[in-house]
Amino acid sequence: MQIEDIKKNWVGHEFDVATFEVREADVLEYASSVAESEPRFTDPADPDFQAMETFPARFVSRRVLPESFPRLGSRGFDAGKTVNAYGPIRPGDVLTAKSKIADAYEKTGRSGPMVFLVHRMEFENQDGDLVSVVDWRMVRQPDPE
Amino acid sequence: MARRYADVELGDELPDLQPDVSLETVKRFAHSVNMMTARFTDHEGARKQGLPGAIVPGLMSQALLASMIHRWAPGCHIQKIDTVFRAPILVDSKPTLRAVVTDLDDDSDSVQLDLTIVNEQDETRVMGTATVDL
Repeated sequence: MQIEDIKKNWVGHEFDVATFEVREADVLEYASSVAESEPRFTDPADPDFQAMETFPARFVSRRVLPESFPRLGSRGFDAGKTVNAYGPIRPGDVLTAKSKIADAYEKTGRSGPMVFLVHRMEFENQDGDLVSVVDWRMVRQPDPE
Repeated sequence: MARRYADVELGDELPDLQPDVSLETVKRFAHSVNMMTARFTDHEGARKQGLPGAIVPGLMSQALLASMIHRWAPGCHIQKIDTVFRAPILVDSKPTLRAVVTDLDDDSDSVQLDLTIVNEQDETRVMGTATVDL
């Protein structure tokens, strides 16, 4: 399948909605294991206690790709992540994340052609506020013939 | 003490940071993100998967960079952070985190940072950018 077909048929297609509870223990362990220094991220007694901005990147949707998405090869890797932080995420929050393919593009590297798929998760809290958008760039490589 | 926008200049470098990426610490991070798989938590298990040893999760590289930014500018808000995972960082190695101010926005009091993580050979493993409100 050509990249243009993927763009036409799949980009913008919402394929999963999942909910996640933000657990205080995870927020604390996450921050302490990267030596976070600010009490607002490490101390539950801090009046502004919250998760680090990068925290929602830990959540994964129930499906990585939409059902019936074309098989692009069994090889692949995680090329990177972008987090846009719009509001605080606090322990006890229940986040609802909608997943979609936000973009698809091709590049050619030393190991041959690669398809980049941008999996976007938009997180809203229990009040309906958009708190974070996380883009995950997945690379898929065709299997060698 | 909070870092004031007026005190930041283009080209300012954040203090280099050598984070703890020991197996014990990476296991704690992997536990917090529900990624307790051999490629991150077990050197021998990772080698069986064709890796040179256990590797630091990309999510942890991103969080380490965020932690470095918070250390430089307490009270700041990281509006956006983008990280590109170019090559693995090995667990139990000694990577170095670096950042430099590449742009300033007087309207929003925000700064743009270029971010890198290099290994002991000074090879870039992770690169990225961040937009930070001061």
